[in-house]
Amino acid sequence: MIGNDIILALSARSVRLHFLRSVLAALGIVIGVVSIASIGMMGANMTLSVTEELSDMANKLTVTSYTGGGGGMMAGPGGGGGGSDSDDDEDVITEDEFKDIQRIVAKYGTAYTVRSESDQIEVGSEEGRATIYGLDPDIIREILTVEEGEYPKSTASVVVGPTLAERLDLKIGSKIDIGDPDEGSTTTVRVVGILEERGMTMDLSTDMAIIGTDKLFTGIYGGEGEYNQVNVVVDDLDNIDTVETAIEDELNKKEDTVTVQDSSRMTESITETVSTMTTFVMAIAGISLLVAAVSIFNVMMMSVNERIREIGILRSIGTQRAEILRMFIYEAGILGLVGAVIGAVASLIIGYVVVLGMVGTTEYFFAAGSLIYVPEAMVIGAAICIVTGVYPAWRASNLDPIEALRAE
Amino acid sequence: MSSPVIELDDVTKVYPLPAGDVVALNGISLSIDEGEFVAIMGPSGSGKSTLLNQIGCLDRPTSGNFFLDGKNIREMDDRELTDLRLSSIGYIFQKFNLIPLLSAYENVEYPYIMKYRKNDDTGRVRDLLALVGIDESLSTHKPNELSGGQQQRIAIARALVNDPAILLCDEPTGNLDTQTGAQIMEVLSDLHRKGRTVIMVTHESEIAAYAERTIVIRDGRVA
Repeated sequence: MIGNDIILALSARSVRLHFLRSVLAALGIVIGVVSIASIGMMGANMTLSVTEELSDMANKLTVTSYTGGGGGMMAGPGGGGGGSDSDDDEDVITEDEFKDIQRIVAKYGTAYTVRSESDQIEVGSEEGRATIYGLDPDIIREILTVEEGEYPKSTASVVVGPTLAERLDLKIGSKIDIGDPDEGSTTTVRVVGILEERGMTMDLSTDMAIIGTDKLFTGIYGGEGEYNQVNVVVDDLDNIDTVETAIEDELNKKEDTVTVQDSSRMTESITETVSTMTTFVMAIAGISLLVAAVSIFNVMMMSVNERIREIGILRSIGTQRAEILRMFIYEAGILGLVGAVIGAVASLIIGYVVVLGMVGTTEYFFAAGSLIYVPEAMVIGAAICIVTGVYPAWRASNLDPIEALRAE
Repeated sequence: MSSPVIELDDVTKVYPLPAGDVVALNGISLSIDEGEFVAIMGPSGSGKSTLLNQIGCLDRPTSGNFFLDGKNIREMDDRELTDLRLSSIGYIFQKFNLIPLLSAYENVEYPYIMKYRKNDDTGRVRDLLALVGIDESLSTHKPNELSGGQQQRIAIARALVNDPAILLCDEPTGNLDTQTGAQIMEVLSDLHRKGRTVIMVTHESEIAAYAERTIVIRDGRVA
């Protein structure tokens, strides 16, 4: 017995009759679906993990002196490099400004000052450069986490970032000479702690830095009552905009004196970059679907040409044109559907491996934003199949039954 | 038993070709009554096949009128002609023309499903297979697993499934040996005796002898 839809049954049997050919054609779709889905998932996972990382900073603001250009996106402190004593009054936050900020922020959270300088350092005989931060000892304790050792108490002790520690082989008790011996005296400090990795942040980039007390910093570089940056931590994320606007309104009343930055711009920019890249790579993956479409088209044309006589029989015993059309569209649809389903299963496996390899974490793999690429790629794959099948099907349905019956 | 089921009135069929028009049917008029068994004969190139295509509703006349069961074919579009082929004509071909993807049973059932949009639950397909002498054990076989005679019997059953006004046979024994051909002719004669209208195109006079009336076509006209 056959189901009521004998046309569908005929399509399915035709696919089964030419099993190898059908499998090969469907394989093209499988590959196309897998490449689109896994690349899409990779991009989504990248975006999700970066966004997650950045959202840790969503409650933070950095206030730097207004430099006219609006400041770079990654306007980290001390990025200027250059001479050690060249701090211009215009490029710093003054004590008065900090007091103002502190007053505004008091209600919502805390504000603390950051002094920083990029300078030459020497460990044993090895030379290098690092950012030196000067922070209030209580703030160091509050903001940073020491992985090994303790927090600096005196002006002679510092903590270092993990990347720097690894690069210069620094251990607890190691001695660092800060400053260029050719330009003047150097200051020797002792490492008392190594920090936890902090990754990409915009408030303090400590992984490659030396962090000491503010007294140590002013001891080396001077600059009493001047700060490179003020960091603000807001307790309630909802108040972030209020605080940002309040600081800007107060300090930039007469003229622009400070630049306030939050993390959203950075998040936006990174997300945008990743998604542009992903779209581009997905477009390349789309070419594989195009190749698959050509092979489906070829198989469908073969199927039509082989079955001209059969089409003639079907037409002569009363099968409508639309039904012949349907029969071949079904055939393409079956190939597409089988390809898409196998492709979906394969993309879950391959996508997982790709994400693990490229993003490093599969934490977000099963998030909706990532998995959505599987059905998306399936729909694209199946749709391409059906669209490709339209022309061969149309040709089949428009055959003249008399001519078709004469075919061998 | 006397109303005409087929009526051709001055039917012309012209095939326009670059080298000049070919007149395949040149003003042919004939009438076949219900219940008749008619053989159409003629040498090749006489317009026999063209006439068959007209009667089989695969083609429309260039001019003149063709009535099948009282309906004028000339005014019909492809859709209506296809419906007519499904319901009013039972086509039996020289090369059997079963659908290779379907079993014997399914081949017979196919036009029924096309017409009624459902499987046969009346036992009609089974009865027809029995009528033409196909064992139930053979009904699950695909056409390529069956002999020519068996295939032609199945084709006859298929032609009958929608209870058509005419059975149209195109050289029904042309691909069969004499003995099997005779058996098939017995089946057709039997159907005629039961009241079927049978129209048969053949070039063999022994086969034409089974019919009550023979129409000879020559140069696109009734000779």
